[in-house]
Parts: sequence; structure tokens; C-alpha cells
Amino acid sequence: MSLDPLVLSRIQFAWVIGWHFLLPAFTVGLASFIAVLEGLNLFTGREIYLRISSFWIKIFAVSFGMGVVSGIVMPFQIGTNWSRYSDAAADVVGPLLAYEGLVAFFLEAAFLGVLLFGRKLVPPWAHFVAALMVAFGTLFSTFWILSTNSWMQTPAGYAIVDGRFVPKDWLQIIFSPSFPYRLAHVVDAVYITTGFVVVGVAASYLRQRRFVEEARTMLSMTLWLLTVLVPLQFLLGDAHGLNTLEHQPAKLAAIEAIWNTHSDVELNLFAIPDEKAETDRYAIAIPELGSLILTHDLHGTVHGLKDWPANERPSPIIVPFFGFRIMVGIAVIMLAMVVTSLWLRWRGELFHTDWFLWCCTLASPLGFVAVLAGWATTEVGRQPWTVYGLLRTADSVSPSLTGFDVAVSLAGYCVVYLVMFPAGLALMIRIIRLGPAEESTEPEPIESGRPAQPVQALPSTETGQRR
Amino acid sequence: MTQPVIDLVPAWTLVLGVGVFLYVLLDGFDLGVGILYGFAADRDSRNLVMNSIAPIWDGNETWLVLGGLALMAAFPLAFAIIIPAVYFPILVMLLALIFRGVAFEFRYRDAEHRTFWDHAFNYGSIIGAFAQGVVLGAFIQGFQTEGRHFAGGSFDCFTPFSLLTGVALVFGYSLLGAGWLILKTQGTLQDWARALGRRALIGVLVGIALVSLWTPFAKPQIAERWFSWPDIVIFAPVPIVTVLIAYWEWRSLNNRSEAAPFIGAVLLFVMSYLGIAISLFPLIVPYKFTLWDAASSPSTQAFFLVGTVFLLPIILMYTGWSYWVFRGKVRGDLGYH
Repeated sequence: MSLDPLVLSRIQFAWVIGWHFLLPAFTVGLASFIAVLEGLNLFTGREIYLRISSFWIKIFAVSFGMGVVSGIVMPFQIGTNWSRYSDAAADVVGPLLAYEGLVAFFLEAAFLGVLLFGRKLVPPWAHFVAALMVAFGTLFSTFWILSTNSWMQTPAGYAIVDGRFVPKDWLQIIFSPSFPYRLAHVVDAVYITTGFVVVGVAASYLRQRRFVEEARTMLSMTLWLLTVLVPLQFLLGDAHGLNTLEHQPAKLAAIEAIWNTHSDVELNLFAIPDEKAETDRYAIAIPELGSLILTHDLHGTVHGLKDWPANERPSPIIVPFFGFRIMVGIAVIMLAMVVTSLWLRWRGELFHTDWFLWCCTLASPLGFVAVLAGWATTEVGRQPWTVYGLLRTADSVSPSLTGFDVAVSLAGYCVVYLVMFPAGLALMIRIIRLGPAEESTEPEPIESGRPAQPVQALPSTETGQRR
Repeated sequence: MTQPVIDLVPAWTLVLGVGVFLYVLLDGFDLGVGILYGFAADRDSRNLVMNSIAPIWDGNETWLVLGGLALMAAFPLAFAIIIPAVYFPILVMLLALIFRGVAFEFRYRDAEHRTFWDHAFNYGSIIGAFAQGVVLGAFIQGFQTEGRHFAGGSFDCFTPFSLLTGVALVFGYSLLGAGWLILKTQGTLQDWARALGRRALIGVLVGIALVSLWTPFAKPQIAERWFSWPDIVIFAPVPIVTVLIAYWEWRSLNNRSEAAPFIGAVLLFVMSYLGIAISLFPLIVPYKFTLWDAASSPSTQAFFLVGTVFLLPIILMYTGWSYWVFRGKVRGDLGYH
């Protein structure tokens, strides 16, 4: 088997950004949750919000630190493996990415330290403001990075001069056609992801009869939030889908594995798309429903993949096809859980129904799976282009790389990430096992006055192990 | 979008030049501390050594991201040629920095594997510093290009010269780290840092001397820049001042000065940086493309400059403030221990 630098570079990029993505998918929502808790504590004066907030700040610190180290890798990936993309597109995407870096840097330098270490050093309102600014900072970061991604999906506001993209209108570049939909869809998704983690942790405590007061508060307020956010995601996802139909019809055809353009499109619930034979095998489909969902018209026409030459179709098509089904399947599970929670709440049994609490614990990683599935759907769906319809992925890779080079680097990233991420996860699980009550009894000898140190020390009971 | 009439390349050259230098200086001393960490006698000294940089290292490292992204946004051609040309040094640096970065936290929490994380911190720092030195050496030597792309192989960057600059930078960062530790510690630990500082200084001076002799011989353009009339008079102070600083640094490592060794180390870096800048200006992809060739469109540079001018001073202020909070000698009761 010969090693293809293009294929290996794609795998490597997917590997490093996929792992990295898990962290912002969690910390963006968590930052907002912490800000809300700090605000509730400030305005109601109830100490329980403080205990919950302090607990989640510890987890936030670890995940944010992991996000920083895995994030440093990202800009260099674009240079090392995608130099032709860099050369062609940097005039447009460079400042967007750099703004993301500046905002993240600013956030870290200015407010994170106060949030993590400053509770005793600044007045409560200042701590709340710090939490709020960190939350806004993570959202601004999301804004810029999704603006970059959206421009690559639906480029606008540019001119092409000597084979390079040059900016013509920054507003059109930043707010490219898919950006508002993608931003809303992703922000809702990461909030939901965080929400299900919080719900899962709270449910575990309730089953174990530990930290009952904190767990009830967490479970109740988060489930209310999810009651709004999960149904909202169906509307946002639908709007995003209509946008994709308009701007990236080939991606949509791949998602639904539609080969022939026709009206009254069926909806494939399951199929094995066969790229060679240009057909779907073992399809289980519902007539007319595809047209209804995709075009909001029972008889709507949808373009099939055969409308594009084979080298302009997303490949491998099974990624968007199954990625989309995994994402939507999880959304349906989440919706069912939210509805169940409303019913249990109405009967006053929300905190005592063990089978439901078990479901909540089991569901806590679902958001991450959905987010990764959705990301794979939209990114592979953009293929074979890096800048949709304009710059091919094959023309974006660094010309100097050999398959051997990329195989070596990919192996390096695999080994290091498979050490780091499980270690970080184990650390967070350890914090969760200790639970929120630790905070109030611990005199905090370690943390006070250590700004700009996102990977925070756990005030643990294992004092003997510290030396 | 109207095109700005003023040339923003000098502004971006300044921002990028200062940014890269700040990164080298700031992450330089904390990588140096990590290098010296391996020589610490016992766990108590190791704890103090690590605590001296625990609150600030990650802020220092963020300059690396900003430097990379600023290069991409302001001089994309340089980014697109240089970064793939140093594929393996960058890979090794990133992996080393990941290990080193998480070691702060994991060493403290994961007591069963502390020795492993101690090594991760120490070797991560050494390898990270060496890889950056290789990047520097490869940069000075120049790259094989074809059109707007790097056309060499991924192993071309490993030459005797770039390995030399790699080793020299390990010594250089060690000197900065020793200066920092002298500033932040006292007693036997400080004496220990002084002793290591002296050895590092010898390594640094040998490195500077070899690089200064090697480059004009290997690169006629550089010889021309330094030795042609009247430049030889204009630039003569650079080596002379460097020698004077080196002498002062040696003396302050041997007497009781607290801050002088760090300041001297910083000044040696300033002079070396200046030397490289004089050798190569206005080239950003040495011997191929100037800063102006590699610049992004004026609209791009203007759009990014607006935010930078606004945010960079705030970042600098806060960085300064966090150093101020942790001023004075490092204490055993704050930080990881």
C-alpha cells in the first residue's frame, strides 16, 4: 500500500481537530453555565449556586488547559500540511483566525485568572463580571472560528487574483451565507452537550444520595434549559438544512444519499450507499418524507449526486450519510429525555426515578458524539473542496510532503493524544467523584493569587500525595 | 473596501518582530527553567523551580499561537513556505510542548507517575527548545522554493548548521532560565542556578561565535551586509557591544547581583536577534522573498491591524500585571507543592 500524503493529511487534520473540538464543545457551554450560576449567587445571595459554580470551575480549568495545549497545534497544522491552502486563502481567512487567537489570548490573560483564582481577591460582583467575560470570550472565539469555517463552506466577499483569494468586502466575508445558521446551530449544540454532562453528573449524585441539594438544583435548572434548547435545535437544524440545500446541494445529496434528481423524494432511514454502483443498497425509506423535510413541500425536487461528476461529489459518502443519522438519532433521544423529564416533573418524581437518572448518566457523553457526527457530516460533505467549489483539497495540501512524512507525524499525534486525553479525562472524573462539597471545607491554601494558570490544582484530600 | 494608501508592511514588521522576540524571551526563560529542572538535586528544589514559572508559563506560550497566526495573516507567503519546510521540527516542538504543558498539572495530581511527568517536563523543555533552534537555523540557511511553494524535502532542514543552532538555543534558553531562577530564588538554590548559568553562558558564547563566523562564510549576502563599506562601521558596535555584555554577564553570574544575570541574558538575546535581523532584512523568506513580496493584501493587513492595535496593549498590560502579582522570591507555600 502506498502512502498518500493527501489522505494522511486529511486523517491527521481530522484527528487533531476532532480531539480539540471536544474541549470547546464542552467549555463554551460550561463558561456560560458558570456565569449564570455566579449571577444567580450574586443576585439571590443563595450560597448553593456558589458551591455548584466552584465545583464546575475546577472542571472548567482542566478542560480549558487541555483545550489550550491541543489548540496550539491547530494553526501550525494549516501551515505544515495545507500550505497551498494557506497561500491561496490566508488573505481572507488569516485575520479571522488571528482574531480568534487574539480574543482567546485576551480572555486568558485578562479574565480567566480572576475566575479561577480570584474569588477571595476581588469583590463578588467583579468575580461575576470575570465569569461573564470568560463566557463572552468563548462565544467570541466560537464566532470567529465558525466565521472562518463558514467562509470555506459558502465563500463570499472575495475576488480571485492570480489564483489567490483577496478580500473585497469584510462584512460579506465574516457573515457568509451559511454563517448565521451554522453559528446558531453550533452554539445550541455545545450548550446542549454541556447540559447533558451537567445532567448526567447531577443524576449520578442523586442515585448515590450524595450532594443531594446541589444535584437537585443542577438537574432541575439544566433540564429546564434543555427543554428549550433541544426543541429549538430541531428548528435551527432545519433552517441550516434549507441553507445547505440552497448553497451546497451536493452536500445535501450526500447526506441523504440521493443519486438521481427527482421530485417526491423518499427519506432514507437506513441504506448502504454504494459509490461505485451509484446506488443505495438495503435502503429502508419513507416515501415523500424526504421532499417534505428538505424542501418543505411533499412534491419538492432535490438534486441527486449524479448531477455532479464523480470528482465533485463528497467522498467517502458514508461519512455524511451516517454522521447525519447519528446526529439526528441522538437529537431524537435527547428530545425523548426532555419530554420524559417534563412528565416526571409534573408527577413530582423527577429526583426519585432511578431508571430515568440512570438514563441521564448514560446520556452524558451523547452530546459529544452528536457534535462530532455533525462536524464530520459538514466537513466531509464539503469535500472534495477546502474552499467550496473553488479550491480543491487535493490542491491545498503542502506539495513538499511525502506519504512517509505524514505517516510519521500522524503516528506521533496518535501516541501523544492517546496519552493526554485519557489522562485528562481521568483527572476530571476524579474531580467529579470528589464532588462539590469539597470546596466549602477546603481552606484553599494553593489557589489564592495565581492568575493566568488555567490548569488548576485540585484542592483534594490527598495531601499526602502532593509532595 | 477602499484600499488604504499607507504602506502597512513596516507596522506589521514591527508587530511581528516584537511579538516573535517576546515569545522567544518569555517562553525562552520558562523553557530554560524546564531544561535546568533536570539538574535539580531533590524534590524540594524541583518544586521551587517549577513553581517559579507555574503561574505564567501558559501565557508565555500563547504568544506562539499569536506569532503563527500573525505570520499567516500578515505575511502568508512566508507562512506557506517556511512552516512546511520545517515540518518535523514543528511537529517535534508541538509534541514536546504538549507533554511539557500538561506535566505541570499531572505531575502534581498523578503521584503514582510523578517521575514520568518529571521527565516529560524536563525532556519536553529540552526537545522543544532544540526544535525551535533547528527552525532558526533552517530559516537562516534559507529554503528551496519553486514559485510560491517550498520545493525541498522535509528532512532538508536538518543540517550541521541547524543542529548547531538547535544546541545553541538550548544553551541560550538555559541561560535565560538560570537568570530567572537567580531572580526568583535564594540561598543554595540560587548558587546552583549561578553555577549552571556560567556553564550555559560558555555554551551560548561558543554558539554565537560559531554562528557569527559560519553565516558570512556560507552566505555571501550576509558577508556583504556586514563587511562592505560603510556598513562595517555602522554595524561594528553590534559585535563589540555583544562582547561587553558577555563580559558583564560573566561577572554578574560570579558576584551577588540578583537581577543582572537575567538582564544580561536578555540583552544577549537582543543583540543576537538584532544580528540576525541585520543579516537578513528585508527578507522574510531568506534569499527569496522580502517582507513586501510576502505581505498579504493591504485590506487584510489593515483589517487585522485595527484589532491588534486595540487588543495588544491590553494583553501586554495584563501580562505585566500578572508578573507583578508574582513578583519577588518564589515561595514554597504557593503553587504546586
